[in-house]
Amino acid sequence: MLQITNLHASVGDVEILKGVDLQVNAGEVHAIMGPNGSGKSTLANVLAGNPSFTTTAGDATFEGESLLGMPPEDRARAGLFLCFQHPIEVPGVRLDHFMRAGFNAIRKSKGMDEYDVLKFDRLLNERVDVVEMDRNLTKRSVNEGFSGGEKKRNEVLQMAIFEPKLSILDEPDSGLDVDALRIVADGINQLRRPDNAIILVTHYQRILNYVVPDQVHVLIDGRIVRSGGKELALEVESRGYDHLGRPAEATQASG
Amino acid sequence: MTQRTATQEEAYLAASESFESNGASHDPAWARELRKDALDRFRELGFPTARRGNEEWKYTDVMPIARVPVRLGAADAAATVDAESVAQASLGAAQWPQLVFVNGRYSEALSSVDALPEGVTTVSLAEAMRSTPDLVQPHLARFAGYADNAFTALNTAFLHDGAFVHVARGLRVDDPIRLLFLSTGDGEETVAQPRVLIVAGEESSASVLEAYAGLSEGDHLTNAVTEIVVGAAARLDYYKVQRQPEQAYHVTNTHVAVERDSRFSSVNIDMGGRLTRNNLNLVTLDQDCSCYLTGFYMVTGRQHVDNQVIIDHAKPYTTSRELYKGILDGRSRSVFHGSIIVREGAVKVNANQVDKNLLLSDQAEADTKPAFWIYCDDVKCGHGAACGHMDPTALFYLRSRGLDERTARGLLTRAFLSEVIEGIANETLRGQIDGLVADTLREWLGDVG
Repeated sequence: MLQITNLHASVGDVEILKGVDLQVNAGEVHAIMGPNGSGKSTLANVLAGNPSFTTTAGDATFEGESLLGMPPEDRARAGLFLCFQHPIEVPGVRLDHFMRAGFNAIRKSKGMDEYDVLKFDRLLNERVDVVEMDRNLTKRSVNEGFSGGEKKRNEVLQMAIFEPKLSILDEPDSGLDVDALRIVADGINQLRRPDNAIILVTHYQRILNYVVPDQVHVLIDGRIVRSGGKELALEVESRGYDHLGRPAEATQASG
Repeated sequence: MTQRTATQEEAYLAASESFESNGASHDPAWARELRKDALDRFRELGFPTARRGNEEWKYTDVMPIARVPVRLGAADAAATVDAESVAQASLGAAQWPQLVFVNGRYSEALSSVDALPEGVTTVSLAEAMRSTPDLVQPHLARFAGYADNAFTALNTAFLHDGAFVHVARGLRVDDPIRLLFLSTGDGEETVAQPRVLIVAGEESSASVLEAYAGLSEGDHLTNAVTEIVVGAAARLDYYKVQRQPEQAYHVTNTHVAVERDSRFSSVNIDMGGRLTRNNLNLVTLDQDCSCYLTGFYMVTGRQHVDNQVIIDHAKPYTTSRELYKGILDGRSRSVFHGSIIVREGAVKVNANQVDKNLLLSDQAEADTKPAFWIYCDDVKCGHGAACGHMDPTALFYLRSRGLDERTARGLLTRAFLSEVIEGIANETLRGQIDGLVADTLREWLGDVG
């Protein structure tokens, strides 16, 4: 489904990804772990097409098509979804309107019928249960005044609505207390299917107790330094990242 | 009747002579006295210049305005306007009462005042000065001082036509009363100087929509003065929507005086005009009044819009909220100059002022300047000002959900104004204004869904 080969990416003049290789197949959950500044979020944003980042070398293909140069909306329409670490507040745009606009843009691009308000509301009423979200929250402006937990739940709700083939979850656990973490993780698990895949970026092992990964990769200083099964996450949890890579260089990198 | 003389000021003085001897000669003596006094003052003042040190006009050069040939609206201009053009230029619902003015002159044929409830007077000012001088004279030119404002002096020097709205004590009027000012002229320049006086009686509740639109291209100049008096415990919602052609010059001086326990709101919208200057002055005559002054402007190309808002908290326990937002594209420019005065002894005044601008291009420029003059300790005043481009992260967020860039930009731009639009109390108007914003953005950005 996703094939990343020797991917290099920068912000301005600073190179952050220094050659990432990764293959993700349908039905798999890959966890990407790493210390702060290792390039985890950059990888997530580069894959989703954030124009703030520039890819300088290598390639990333999604279902055989190169993502490089593809606008973010086209990636979304192809079935890629980024769950933001810090979801954006958009005052003045109602969440349900916003979701329907995106949902219909994706359907339209595939030549499918657009959903009217009634039909979309039915879908929404059903999917809010995935993250135990109050339906009234979707009538408010996007993320405006939402708590940290509500914002993260909202991201997973959108994932449930869009039903992407590949979800990239950028630290879905950050800022969550234990109860909120359980709800978000439950939501993610409900959306796991044999025909879709998840890349879960995280700093801590704890969410992996709930969302059990097929593979764990440790990213340090813009490169994957170790890959393994779910036990690698436990090793990181008990021993930290220092023994795995180049900590001195890693702390210099930003992003 | 185009006159070009040595200076534009002289042209206006000459025009005044023929004006006094023709259409306006039947006005009451006190009105003619007032005009004469204002004309003298205009002669002394001349048009303001943007020279250094003249803070009030620092960012806005009125020389193009002073160059518009003095061609005062003729009474027969309305004959060239049909009901369909009026309907197209109108906002609100067709059944709402409406006075229509063409180049500043009242047109009875184009107006519709059948729906007016008893107790509401909505007539041309010229008629009101003759028929109900006791209602008009005490308020006219009382708050719109012309001693140091050349445009107000000039308007007052030609004070004759315009609108008079009077809402009787205790009366509640649901539908907005509409005043529509049209400029037309087959590509020729015209000067319109309408005068509006709105008096909301004690414990009355009403809303007034003052709209400006152009039916033809041309260097139209509108120099309007509106005076509003809100009686004790009354509520008045005032909307001003300017959609003049792109070459038009639009100058307005609006003076609002609010009495005890009253509530006044204004929504000032500018979506047209080459050069627009709005002076909005509000004074609290007594305590416990609340005022909500909001507005937005959308400009592109080389349009220039300047809003000067002065709130004079002369009395204690008065509240004011100001929220202006601007969207600037092309090489347009906006100025917002908000002053809040809190007089000595005006304790517990609560005043807040916000002006925010969204720049859609690198060449657009927004100047925003808050000023506070506080002569009392026990007050609460705040302000916020911002000018910036669209947040790239927000844009990316929307695009990552499948929305194309143009749609995402349109959505974020509309959302930026929503705070002001949602504050429009009248639902019909709110929907129409939102639609106008969407139309404008579609023109600027392409289809925005």
